[in-house]
Amino acid sequence: MSAPNLTAPPAPAGKTVNPPGPRPGLRRHRSEQGRWAGYLILPTVVLLAIVIGYPVVQAVVMSFQKDAGLDPATGLFVQGGFAGFENYTHWLFQQCAGPDGTTITCPPGNLGSGFWNAMFVTFFLTIVSVVLETGLGLWFAIIMNRAFRGRGFVRAAILIPWAIPTAVTAKLWFFIFSVAGVANAVLGAHILWTSDEWASRFAIIIADTWKTAPFMALLILAGLQIIPEEVYEAAKMDGASTWQRFWRVTMPLLKPALMVAILFRVLDALRIYDLPAILTGGGGGTGHATTTLSILVVDQIRQGFNSAAALSTITFVIVFLVALVFVRLLGTNVVRTQETQQKGRRA
Amino acid sequence: MSRTTTRRRNQSARTGIQAIVIVLWCLLPFYWMVVTSFRDVGFTFDNTPWFTHFTWDNYATALSTQLGNNLPGALLNSLFIGICVTIISLVVGIFASYALARLDFKFKGIVLGVILAASMFPGVALITPLFQLFTNIGWMGTYQALIIPEISFALPLTVYTLTSFFREMPWDLEEAARIDGCTQAQAFRKVILPLAAPAVFTTAILAFISSWNEFLISSQLSSDRTQPVTVAIASFTGTQPHQEPYTAIMAAGTIVVVPLIILVLIFQRRIVAGLTAGGVKG
Repeated sequence: MSAPNLTAPPAPAGKTVNPPGPRPGLRRHRSEQGRWAGYLILPTVVLLAIVIGYPVVQAVVMSFQKDAGLDPATGLFVQGGFAGFENYTHWLFQQCAGPDGTTITCPPGNLGSGFWNAMFVTFFLTIVSVVLETGLGLWFAIIMNRAFRGRGFVRAAILIPWAIPTAVTAKLWFFIFSVAGVANAVLGAHILWTSDEWASRFAIIIADTWKTAPFMALLILAGLQIIPEEVYEAAKMDGASTWQRFWRVTMPLLKPALMVAILFRVLDALRIYDLPAILTGGGGGTGHATTTLSILVVDQIRQGFNSAAALSTITFVIVFLVALVFVRLLGTNVVRTQETQQKGRRA
Repeated sequence: MSRTTTRRRNQSARTGIQAIVIVLWCLLPFYWMVVTSFRDVGFTFDNTPWFTHFTWDNYATALSTQLGNNLPGALLNSLFIGICVTIISLVVGIFASYALARLDFKFKGIVLGVILAASMFPGVALITPLFQLFTNIGWMGTYQALIIPEISFALPLTVYTLTSFFREMPWDLEEAARIDGCTQAQAFRKVILPLAAPAVFTTAILAFISSWNEFLISSQLSSDRTQPVTVAIASFTGTQPHQEPYTAIMAAGTIVVVPLIILVLIFQRRIVAGLTAGGVKG
C-alpha cells in the first residue's frame, strides 16, 4: 500500500516558539501543524507499510514466479524462475502444465479447477448473508430506536453474538446443526447441514447472519439516531402514513450510513474463512460446496507459494474492485458519513 | 379509554414483542452452548431446552491436557498475543489519532481513507508471503509470527476508533493549558491524556477482542506451543477419534466467551460508541 508522502513541508529555520500576541499567518500555522502531523503519523504509516505493504508487494512479486517442483515433461525437479502470467491463467482459465511442456486444461481435482466454484460460493454467501443481515439489522435497529422499558437490556444482548469469537460460533452451530442436533429436532427434519451441498451453504449463511445481523443493527442504529425527531413530526403533520414516513423520510436520510454499513459487511463477507473452515470442514458435502476464495488460498499454500500468491492477489483485486464500485458508483462516502454521525452524536 | 391511548398501548405491546424476539435471537444459541456445556456427555443430544443431567465434568475435560488439548495454554497464548498486539497498536496509533483528530494538514482525508481501507484488508492476501517469509527465517510457530500480522488489522482499528473519540473531547482545555504556558506536547500529556483515558481503554478492549477472535492467520502460522484459543477450540479432540466431543467443546467455548461477555457488558456503552465510530467488525 503506497502511502502518500506525509512529511510536511521543510521546517522553518530556527526553533519556532509559540509567539505571544498576534497569531502568525494562517498558512504558517497550517504548515507547522502539518509538520507535527507528519511526525505523529509517521510511525503508523511505517508499521502499516511493514505489516501490510510488504506482504502485498511480495505477494505480487511471488505471483510472477514459477513454483519449484517436478517438471511433468521430464520428471526432474525444477527450480522456479519467471512465470509470466502462468499462475494467473492457472486460476482464471484453469490452465495447467501438460506432460509435454504444453498448456492443458487442468484435470478435475486440481485446485485450479476450483477457482470459479470458489468465486461462485464466495459471492453467493456474501450476497445472501449481507441481504439478510441488512434486512434484519434494519428491523432490529428500528425497534431499538424506539423508547420502551428494557431497551438497555436489548442493547446489551445485541453485543453478545458480536463478542463470541467466530471460531466458537462455528463450533456452536456445528453442534446445533449436527444430525441429531437441536436444529433438526426443532424442524423435525434430518437435514445433513454440514455435508449436503446446499444445506451446508445455508448453515454458513445462518450462522453468519446470527452473528452479524446484531452488529449491522448497531451500525444502522447509529445512523437512525442522527435523524432529528422534528423531521418525523413535520411528516406526520403533513399526513404521511407510517409506511410513507419510512420510505420517504427514514430511508433517504439513513442511506449514507446504511451504505457504509453494507460496504463494511460486503468487504468482510468476501474474505469469509472461519465459518466454512470450521463449520463445514472447508469443503462441505462433495468437498467444494463451501470452498470460498480464502479457503482455496489456504489449501494452495502448502502446494506452492507462488500459485497461492497469485490467487491471493486475485482475491485482493476482487475485494478492491467491489469497494471501488461502492465508492464510485453508489457514492458511498465513508469518511464523510462517519464524520456526520459523530457531529450528530455530539449534538 | 380514548382511542389514541389504546392504539399507543397496542403499539408498545408490539414493540415489546419484537424486542423479545431480538433478545431471543441474540441469546438462544449462546444459551444452548451453556446448557450443553453442563450436560452429561451421554445425553449430548438430549435436546431438552433447560438444564438436565447436570455435571461439571465437561469443564474438567475441556481444561485437561490428557487428550492432547491444551486449553489453559491456549488461553495464556491468546492473552499474551492480545496484550502485545493491543499495546503496540495503541502506542503507535495514539499519535496518529491525535494528529488526525486535532491537527489541520494536507492529505488528512487520504490518510484516513488509507487507514480505513487497511482495516478492511483481506487477511488472506497477507498469509502467503508471510508463510514463506516466516518459514525461511525460522519464525513459523513463534509468537512474533502471530503478533506482527495481527497488527495489520488491530492498528487501523485503533487509529480509526481513537480518532473519532478524540474528535469528541473538550479540546478547549488544551487551548487553556497552552495559554497557561504548556507546549503542545505538555498539553497533550498533562491535560488531554488523562481525559482521554476512557477512550484509550475502550479502544484497547476493541483491539484486544479483535486479536482474541482472530483465526485465519493463527491457524496457519501457529504451532502447538503458541496456538491461541480459537485454533485450540477448532481442533479440539475427544477420546474417540471420529466422535466430536460436543459437550467438552461447548464447555471450552463457554470458558473462552464468558470473560469476554462480562468485559463487553461492563463497558457496553463505550464499546457501542467505539464500534459505530470505527464501523469495523472485530
